[in-house]
Amino acid sequence: MKYVFLVSLVALMLGSCTQENENASGLPVFGVKLPITKEVNGKTVVDSLEHTIPPFSFVDQDSAIVTEKTVEGKVYLADFFFTSCFTICPKVKKNMKKAYKAFKGRSDFAILSHSIDTRHDTVGRLAWYANKFDISSDTWHLLTGDKEAIYKIAYDYYVTALESADAPGGFDHSGAVVLVDKKRRIRGMYDGTDPERMKQLVKDTQLLLDTE
Amino acid sequence: MAFSCGNSREKTYNEGAMLYEKHCENCHMSDGTGLEALYPPLAGADMLQSVGVGAACIIKNGLQGKIMVNGVEFETGMAPVVGLSSVEITNILNYIHNAWGNRREFIKLNEVEASLKACE
Repeated sequence: MKYVFLVSLVALMLGSCTQENENASGLPVFGVKLPITKEVNGKTVVDSLEHTIPPFSFVDQDSAIVTEKTVEGKVYLADFFFTSCFTICPKVKKNMKKAYKAFKGRSDFAILSHSIDTRHDTVGRLAWYANKFDISSDTWHLLTGDKEAIYKIAYDYYVTALESADAPGGFDHSGAVVLVDKKRRIRGMYDGTDPERMKQLVKDTQLLLDTE
Repeated sequence: MAFSCGNSREKTYNEGAMLYEKHCENCHMSDGTGLEALYPPLAGADMLQSVGVGAACIIKNGLQGKIMVNGVEFETGMAPVVGLSSVEITNILNYIHNAWGNRREFIKLNEVEASLKACE
């Protein structure tokens, strides 16, 4: 028993050495670590790879190309919506606006809202929406682009987004808002329709910005 | 008599609240404040006050084009709310006209039916 304790203590210390300050906020890191083999000083070693959001390229309401470089060194929120959605989207947007107001002055914060109705949500339509919703692309990017790429990245954010003839408006999607850290790791998932969860999102975002 | 009258007002308001949650709240919000310049407020809304019982037609037929509410222009439009009976529309009207600080004389079914006939 003593040895088991010692071994785990050593493992814990080693772990903390290799991942120094990577989880200072105490927020969980979402996703399964994948084992990878790599060469270190000529030797093949097994390491693990955390789930991160892969590189992407979409276009926002100001026709600007938005990629992983846009959110480099930033804590950001991601969600999936469409402008003609009259089910859960308006509520999610109303709650997200509170987070926007809390952090919009910061250069290390951003929001990426991906349209899943890329056919109707053109850049012009997104610009109209952004204007009516009174948000700035300095912080909040409404994204459109290649449909398959958007549906694929939803999968990487662990968010449901499907085209469905049965769903109201033609799309089935979750109202989840995803909190992503500066290393593009998922650190929280929040129900955008729940004001209490969205208050927690603001707190967790603040914590991430302060500690990591 | 007074009791049953008060009771029925309470009933139409409460049933209206449930229908509101199902059919209207996503865009107009539980507190009736709407969403910025995308979805208009109903709480303290001058347009709702001025259309009065006529809001029945908006619920039934939806709305297209630009409208002004409390000095803000809205052009998102509204889809018709299908499948509601005149009674249900009356209940929704009594709710939105009396919730969130709004005040109006309680609307009767025959008033709504007359209004709906005019916009068929």
